[in-house]
Amino acid sequence: MDLQVPEQEASFRDEVRTFLEESLTDEIREAGKMVTSVFSPVKEAMAWQTILNNKGWAAPHWPKEFGGTGWSVTQRAIFAEELVRAETPPLVPMGLHMCGPCLIGCGTEEQQKAYLPKILSGEHFWCQGYSEPGAGSDLASLKTFAEKDGDDYIINGTKIWTTYAHYANKMFALVRTRKDGKPQQGITFLLLDMDLPGISIEPIVGLDEVTEQCQVFFDNVRVPQKNRVGEENDGWTVAKYLLTFERGGQEYAPGLHVQLEKIKVMASKQQTAFGALLDDPVWQHKLAQLEADVLALEFTEMRIKSALSAGKDPGALSSMTKILGTELLQKVTELRIETLGAQATIWQPQALVPGDDQPITGPEYALTAMPHYLNSRACSIYGGSNEVQRGIIAKAVLGL
Amino acid sequence: MNFQLSEEQQMLADSAKRFVRDNSDVETHRQNKKLMPLDTATWQKLAELGWLAVPFEEEHGGMGMGPLETMVLLEALGEGLIMSPYIATVVLGGGFLRRAEAAQQAETIPALIEGRLQLAFAAEEYERVFSLENTALQATVKGDNVVLNGTKASVMNGDQADLLVVLARTAGQPGDKDGLSLFLVDANAEGIARVPHRMVDGRQGAEIRFSDVTVPGAARIGELNKGYDVAKAVLHEGLLALSAESVGSMSVLLNDTVEYTKTRKQFGLAIGKFQVLQFRMADMFIAMEQTRSLLLASTLKYVEGHEDADKAVYAMKAQLGRAGRKIGQEAIQIHGGMGMTDELGVGHFVKRLTAADGLFGNADMHLRAMVQAA
Repeated sequence: MDLQVPEQEASFRDEVRTFLEESLTDEIREAGKMVTSVFSPVKEAMAWQTILNNKGWAAPHWPKEFGGTGWSVTQRAIFAEELVRAETPPLVPMGLHMCGPCLIGCGTEEQQKAYLPKILSGEHFWCQGYSEPGAGSDLASLKTFAEKDGDDYIINGTKIWTTYAHYANKMFALVRTRKDGKPQQGITFLLLDMDLPGISIEPIVGLDEVTEQCQVFFDNVRVPQKNRVGEENDGWTVAKYLLTFERGGQEYAPGLHVQLEKIKVMASKQQTAFGALLDDPVWQHKLAQLEADVLALEFTEMRIKSALSAGKDPGALSSMTKILGTELLQKVTELRIETLGAQATIWQPQALVPGDDQPITGPEYALTAMPHYLNSRACSIYGGSNEVQRGIIAKAVLGL
Repeated sequence: MNFQLSEEQQMLADSAKRFVRDNSDVETHRQNKKLMPLDTATWQKLAELGWLAVPFEEEHGGMGMGPLETMVLLEALGEGLIMSPYIATVVLGGGFLRRAEAAQQAETIPALIEGRLQLAFAAEEYERVFSLENTALQATVKGDNVVLNGTKASVMNGDQADLLVVLARTAGQPGDKDGLSLFLVDANAEGIARVPHRMVDGRQGAEIRFSDVTVPGAARIGELNKGYDVAKAVLHEGLLALSAESVGSMSVLLNDTVEYTKTRKQFGLAIGKFQVLQFRMADMFIAMEQTRSLLLASTLKYVEGHEDADKAVYAMKAQLGRAGRKIGQEAIQIHGGMGMTDELGVGHFVKRLTAADGLFGNADMHLRAMVQAA
């Protein structure tokens, strides 16, 4: 057991750094610095995806035959870390991290050929049609109905919290195809075009005054049955496959380390009546507590990667990371607004729009603090709320 | 000991609650928060209701009331989403005017009460964690005048104010309580540049730059270099008002959350039936009531001039931050996705509590102030 980095991997890190140095444009860097959400500004994120895809690096987590990189688990982790350190805008995840893996695991060869290359290139921009007004944490209670009609399904109902539906040209959706039996057993996984007749989109303005989410309405929308992934009424299995594929895939610690380093610089600039805030023991204890938590999370995430590298099942550990990562992110954004005091109350969301060149009020480093704090409140709600995640640990891990 | 409202106080509370019921709605707030300046009609309504007169002496047309009545009024107003510069103009600005020279009072207070004069307290500065003694903005005494140079930040109502009360350093270093002075300055005086901005909770603020602004000595409030005690007294009235408003907002967040969990169904049950959520709402309730208790403690101790009044005010501001954070975060989480929208009131009240913590020194700074006051 040791923490030595093999020379081969150290040189891989250099390769990644050199690539980032050479290929990141000013616009992409700027957008990356202003990100206050897991969802980046679309134009810059897609420009960055194109650059990565040209290098063959858009989806390192996919198997090589579908366009992945064939990297080791450690190499993938190094790559992810370097992206975070360089403050690149995160790639939009719905295609690369959600729909793509579902198709790789459960799609037909025809579907894989039709969709995967276009996910990589960005030609297809996907949104995820899962939640409904009445089906949030209880996702299996979803009601949007797909009725068979000849070779098609006819869809009626509504989806909500559909991130970037107003930018998407494709949706992967869970729909109900059977009303009797267990709720999980009557769900089907469908792919559909967003320009189909009968689809309408209503954007939802968030707390940060940004429109990330939408509500999508289906009024007799006709979708060919060949757009089904997996068997009819077996969509829950497809949706669950994604969880297996992604297990241990998401890393929070590298980004949190970067955030904490930035907060230290901010604290060094804030003068109290008794010296810099950075030297205030009360502030230092708060920072130290978060540093300890992030270090622990980093090693929890490494234990998962180590198990995966050895071909073992990381088991219970992977269900912890969503809870830990999102709640630590929330605490980190909270420490940041505390560090900035009244400067964080200045509200200028327009300044976060890429390309905006209006003068900003107050220190530039304060600009993203409040929007990020507010936006990060959603992290413990989406992707299976943290209450649901704790329920999973209680049930599946502790056997309660 | 008596914690019952007087008949007069009860009437004030009732009429403010009625005003909120009739005038506050999320849609209007969503429009108004983007306006620069805020809509002036609401301010005129507050003037007509007589509420701008609350803390002033009757000789100036005031109602001769004090921080207790301000508390009652603002707690009720805090239940709504009506943005007004009440704290900036009446409580802080008016607080300084009440301590100004008679001539200054005669010129300003009647106009303020009629809604024709707005004020702002220019206190915060960039990259200086707020406490009064941490003020750095320079005021240089030149003969009978002083000359102001520097920048004030996040000034509540700074863009709309006609008069600014500027906290400045006439001697000593940041960290010294001695050497602070207060000046009543025309907001449109030569050498002043204002950069208006929105604040996260929908209030309006401004950065205010002073570049060789000459102020006559007669514009000073209180003694030269001895402004700390006056500033502290007025600031504490402001913090109590901000706290009262926050308690009102906390009660809305709790009520809205409880009501939501009675109607929102998941897994075949109203989610309010889940014990994990019940416990968390019970904790929100406890946090709110503890805040209300501290509001009473600090306001009464301030009004009666108790020895430990300062410490109680610091405790209140710290509690505002801590309880506000907890109640706000839980309200969003329990509302789920809906809590993250601009469409529901929840987020707007959460923003208000978040801003209230950030202004004039946050919870940590006030815990430190408590230690020093002991």
